[in-house]
Amino acid sequence: MNATMGRYRAVTGHRLFWPAAVLVVMLAANTIYRPGFLSIELKDGHLYGSPIDILRLSAPLILVALGMTLVISTGGIDLSVGSVCAISGAIACMYISKQPDQNSLAVVLAALAMAFGVALVLGAWNGVLVAVIGIQPIIATLILMVAGRGLAQLITQGQIITINSEPFRAIGLGHLLTLPLAIFIALAAALVVAAFTRRTALGMIVESVGGNAEASRLAGIRSGRVVFLAYVLSAACAAIAGFMMTANVSSADGNAVGLWVELDAILAVVIGGTSLAGGRFFLSGTIIGALIIQTLTTTVYAMDISPQTSLLFKAVVVIAVCLIQAPAFRARFTRRRRNVPTPNAIADKPKEQVPA
Amino acid sequence: MTTGSLTAGRARLRLPRRQIPVLATLALLLVMYGIGVSQYTAFSNVQVIFNVFIDNGFLLVVAIGMTFVILTGGIDLSVGSVVAMTAMVSAWLLQEGLPAALVLVIALLIGPTLGLLMGCAIHFFEIQPFIVTLAGMFFARGMCTFISGSSIPITDGFWTRISQERIGDPRGNFVSISVLIAFVVVAVAAYTLAYTRLGRNVYAIGGNPQSALLMGLPVGRTRIAVYTISGLCSAIGGILLSFYTLSGAPLIAVGMELDVIAAVVIGGTVLTGGSGYVFGTVLGVLVLGVIQTLITFDGSLNSWWTKIVIGGLLFAFILLQRLIGIRYK
Repeated sequence: MNATMGRYRAVTGHRLFWPAAVLVVMLAANTIYRPGFLSIELKDGHLYGSPIDILRLSAPLILVALGMTLVISTGGIDLSVGSVCAISGAIACMYISKQPDQNSLAVVLAALAMAFGVALVLGAWNGVLVAVIGIQPIIATLILMVAGRGLAQLITQGQIITINSEPFRAIGLGHLLTLPLAIFIALAAALVVAAFTRRTALGMIVESVGGNAEASRLAGIRSGRVVFLAYVLSAACAAIAGFMMTANVSSADGNAVGLWVELDAILAVVIGGTSLAGGRFFLSGTIIGALIIQTLTTTVYAMDISPQTSLLFKAVVVIAVCLIQAPAFRARFTRRRRNVPTPNAIADKPKEQVPA
Repeated sequence: MTTGSLTAGRARLRLPRRQIPVLATLALLLVMYGIGVSQYTAFSNVQVIFNVFIDNGFLLVVAIGMTFVILTGGIDLSVGSVVAMTAMVSAWLLQEGLPAALVLVIALLIGPTLGLLMGCAIHFFEIQPFIVTLAGMFFARGMCTFISGSSIPITDGFWTRISQERIGDPRGNFVSISVLIAFVVVAVAAYTLAYTRLGRNVYAIGGNPQSALLMGLPVGRTRIAVYTISGLCSAIGGILLSFYTLSGAPLIAVGMELDVIAAVVIGGTVLTGGSGYVFGTVLGVLVLGVIQTLITFDGSLNSWWTKIVIGGLLFAFILLQRLIGIRYK
């Protein structure tokens, strides 16, 4: 009995349990509502089906959320990722649209390299503001979030740039080994980030900076450099995500690309169990978080509810996941279940501390 | 000796450090207005200033609520959506034939209720304000489209009368009733922050929540109160917006929270809390309004320049706050 309880505790106590449970419940609900939901079929050598769609569409969000995880882990936040998506997509499309042969691979690669370079510069700008000048991250990146939208529109001159380039389109809609290429790109990025943070000391350094930047600095870690790198990486991930978003529709719209993706990404990170206060980070949790958000969006579309109303469901899921993860809420809940007559500890905590 | 030279330095400076950002904003506003007047003859018309107030009255009210929240070191991302939801609910209830007074009361209750709930979630469950108000933002925006997918016009007599009422001098310069309401909100907020116990608590919590707690100040109650106040201001802002547009639209005021936060920061309030004034926020909103007016007057500049300029100004003001050494985390 005790062993079973212990095992039960170990499973429910695992940091990935609740996010994964939410994802499974959502998939199950979908399958009940629409029995064909989980079926996958092979057509023209490509796999098709709702689960594949969810994976493909969540690829940009996974990318953005990966970078965001590291930034949040250093105790910061990056609000500018949506604007960086828009700018990188706009630059790539603008360059390709000006070339005589839009289908040439060299042109597309040059466009991607240029847009990626600009994104790195934008990331470095954020990094300098936060790490060198010492501005609070939320406001430092708010600058680029507001101004970046304007810059993206400036690049496209307020137009929607449509291009007709097969190699570029492949980033969003191409296939590799029967699966969408976007999935592999996101997966590769996740593996690279995971390898660098978990196979080297980098991950631990990032966590230590997030835990206490000053103490880490005194321990010999160049905190500033780590924070700077996190913002550059976040912008790089956002740029690739921006390519995917624009490639999906073969056009760049400075206003709409990556709109609110920063909020979705932050949600994915928080759902995945990384604390907004910084410190420990969980890449696998972030990926599950991104999948949850995309599944929710797809579900709402499938149920014929207007996309805007899906925000209602998002709000409910956010609050539910955050409440489940909040230590204060858990403590209260478990105490009540055990029937120990302790008056609500949180409300009384201030009063206890007063005489001290 | 050291103290002597220090006091001498202080005496020469004269300006209290806390007020430098506000004064800088004031200077910027005057310079921008000066540029406008020197470039465009029509700019010197008093009505231009009145129009800035008429067009930004609702923004001003919402920014006042946000000032309270930011002063405690929090943030409220839900304001834009709450504004839209309030306008939407009033339009919908009026369409259903409810009397205007009742609609007004209901609309004014929704915002504070949501704010109260968010404040409770932030205080009792210790969830980050950013996440809680983000959920509030999603919820309110979702409610808008839940009520109606398209815009609802307002034809109610009371609403149209207030919307068309012009208060002005014989020369034809006028302001709308909304502007007067916004001024009342500003006055009440300024008094509350400067002269009441609640106002002092707000500054104390923003300065250092731990010290405030040890001093025996009601940290929890104050924190919940500021989110409720922000909700109330958003609700008033929503009503003003419905006076202004005479409709409720599900996608109105999208991204408004960014403008509001930008206005508060440009107005000199420090995002970590504890330092800032209502008057600064008024100036911040005016700066945003004058930028828009300048760009409209110019005609050759496109609307995206507004965003780029606001971003640049944000950067300049944050750098200024940094240089004069106001405490940052």
